[in-house]
Amino acid sequence: MTGPDGVAPRAAVVRMYAAREDIFPREVKGRYNTLRWAAVWLTQLLFYGLPWLNLNGRQAVLFDLAGRKFYLFGVVFWPQDFIYLAALLIVCACGLFLVTAVAGRVWCGFSCPQTVYTGIFLWLERRIEGARSAQLRLARQPWTLEKIGKKTAKHLAWGVVALWTGFTFVGYFAPIRSLGVETAAVALGPWETFWILFYAFATYGNAGWMREQVCKYMCPYARFQSAMFDRDTLIVTYDLERGEPRCGKRKGEARAKAGGAVGASAAGACIDCSMCVQVCPTGIDIRNGLQYECIGCAACVDACNGVMDKLGRPRGLIRYATENGLVQKLGVDQITRRMLRPRVLVYSVVLCILTGAMATSLALRNPLKLDVIRDRGAMGREVDDGQIENVYRLQLMNTSEEPVRLQVGASGIPSARVVETGIIEIDGTTTRAVPVRVRIDPGAGKPGANRIEFTVRSVDDFGLTSTSISTLTVTEGAAFIVPK
Amino acid sequence: MADFFSEFWHYYVAGITIASIAGCAILLWSQSTYKVRLGADGKAEETTGHVWDEDLTELNTPMPRWWIGLFWISILVAIVYLVLYPGLGAWKGTQGWDQVGEYQAELAQARLDHGPLFARYAAADLEVVAADPQAHAIGERLFLTYCSQCHGSDARGSKGFPNLRDADWLHGGEPDAIKTTIMNGRTGMMPPMAAAVGTDKDVENVAHYVRSLSGLAADPVKVAFGKPKFAACVACHGADGKGNHMLGAPNLADRTWLYGGSVATIMETVRKGRTNTMPAFGAFLGEEKAHLLAAYVWGLSNEARPEPVETAAR
Repeated sequence: MTGPDGVAPRAAVVRMYAAREDIFPREVKGRYNTLRWAAVWLTQLLFYGLPWLNLNGRQAVLFDLAGRKFYLFGVVFWPQDFIYLAALLIVCACGLFLVTAVAGRVWCGFSCPQTVYTGIFLWLERRIEGARSAQLRLARQPWTLEKIGKKTAKHLAWGVVALWTGFTFVGYFAPIRSLGVETAAVALGPWETFWILFYAFATYGNAGWMREQVCKYMCPYARFQSAMFDRDTLIVTYDLERGEPRCGKRKGEARAKAGGAVGASAAGACIDCSMCVQVCPTGIDIRNGLQYECIGCAACVDACNGVMDKLGRPRGLIRYATENGLVQKLGVDQITRRMLRPRVLVYSVVLCILTGAMATSLALRNPLKLDVIRDRGAMGREVDDGQIENVYRLQLMNTSEEPVRLQVGASGIPSARVVETGIIEIDGTTTRAVPVRVRIDPGAGKPGANRIEFTVRSVDDFGLTSTSISTLTVTEGAAFIVPK
Repeated sequence: MADFFSEFWHYYVAGITIASIAGCAILLWSQSTYKVRLGADGKAEETTGHVWDEDLTELNTPMPRWWIGLFWISILVAIVYLVLYPGLGAWKGTQGWDQVGEYQAELAQARLDHGPLFARYAAADLEVVAADPQAHAIGERLFLTYCSQCHGSDARGSKGFPNLRDADWLHGGEPDAIKTTIMNGRTGMMPPMAAAVGTDKDVENVAHYVRSLSGLAADPVKVAFGKPKFAACVACHGADGKGNHMLGAPNLADRTWLYGGSVATIMETVRKGRTNTMPAFGAFLGEEKAHLLAAYVWGLSNEARPEPVETAAR
């Protein structure tokens, strides 16, 4: 590249944006690939199957946004229980941190939905377009009828999976069985249609078109994972010392025979077959060392092990190892022992505490909730014989699925009592607002606001409060106003 | 344009908006390429040439092309949005959308959805509506929304605000009278009567007499002295003190007190008078809701009240 005067120009204009180069990862067999498919089956059986499971005459897992009730097997969560979602997310985050500190991006490589759906879509692609070489040929060839047919078939297959995924996703928020009936009758509501299509489009776009770009440019988790890495974190590594210098099989054997006589260094174990590059879903060469694009899927490990098996050489030229393990030539047990380092222990302890706290809180969760709303317009009023009466609205929430019978009591001021409110019955997962009057004797409270407490207790069929632990009790404070 | 004090601000806002969009476009266009130094081999260098902390360099790997496409799409969306909807100063947009219009449309839809139900109840007699469990549930919600602020959640009122659950009515407790009260409001006015009744002593005597009408504890001597002074009150409250619905004059013989039945409170009432207002809700609620409310309120103190229905709500 020379300028008109024959002198190389000192600068050139470069575009900051470039078209993505297609990646056609070669299909690979091996231990880690089997593991990944196990993860795919496990997560997807769960995802696609769970909404079809029924329990107690309703869908076992259903997030009823309109009714603001979130059914999770035997438990019903209400918006008031939002803290549990926050806690769950924190626990998940801590779990990810722990896993990343120990074994790098295994989440990314094995169970992230982006990887899982890309895996499913790649599988479909290969069934229709053929193996990597056929795919490459197809990509280069002009638009023949065969190419159009194959591409159409591929996108149709992707579309079916994507639509089924969108349908399943919406099935977590609207009862999936009636959703199925509505879909079959083409009678879906506008929002159901939108969300099914939206989620289907996101699946199709991310798993079919975006693929590794999601991990490279969009995923925030990928960007801050390096903060959890250290020199004892398991990563996919290429054993530079053993592999270099690369040379073909025959040439390598010849060199090995010649030994040091020629003065050249002994042949490396890498035969430069480029299998590790061909199988990489993000299109990198792992032999260049740890790169931000590497999602830790170990496809290159499987590929290289396969090649080494064929050559009759020991496996593990590319393998899971730690940076320290590679440099200091640590054995597997030494690497394992280094797992117990402060960072990992701290993550583990935090994870245990959070999980324990959340489980305890869930186990002790009171299905009965009470809000007291004092009538704001009316202050205290004087009734018969100078007794003072205040009115409250008790918002009683029965978050369980069993009906309850409740008795309301008031305390805090001597002689405080609830007037004319008998046993209140509330059906499962419903809320009732009950006006309640509280009365005190003349002179029992000081003029102005007095603190009182409402206690709502569940009673049995005979209207008696039992002493068993099944009795639900909830208390809530309120102000009682005595006119001056 | 009512939103602005002067025409200037329309051009000011629109100008800044257009300049910002144009600025973003220029920035995108100018920054999509850049100059790099060439290495000794004549190839572009792989790093931007920036160095931090002695040895940290920055690769100039290009971003995917769709990334910049998203920015261009955003600019396109902004332009289309500003043409369709208000946002460019005083420009109203080709869609003619505004918040008031959207509110009116939602209101019209709600009327369409709930209108038939209200219309069905509005056509029925109040006694019939009062016996309908669904109408009772609707009435209860309406009451808690519009009436409970003064009359209390339990409709038992408080000082100055009538109890709606007892049999005592200032302006009549028939279903139609209650509906009239809700629609048109009521004003109750008792003038200060100190001058008409007489001295403080006379007022106290009248107070004792009034208490005796409903059999409350009273000094018989003061009752005897107060009886003739009650003549000042009969024009409204009647000779027997049983009140007059036409005037909104309360019944003084039924042990029910709007402001309190102690001697001191009655004396205060006689001396200073009382003025009380129930606002007219007809124009605000409309006849159909007033109808349901009247049925609900009437039902509170009459046998027609159905068993309360449990309402599942948020």
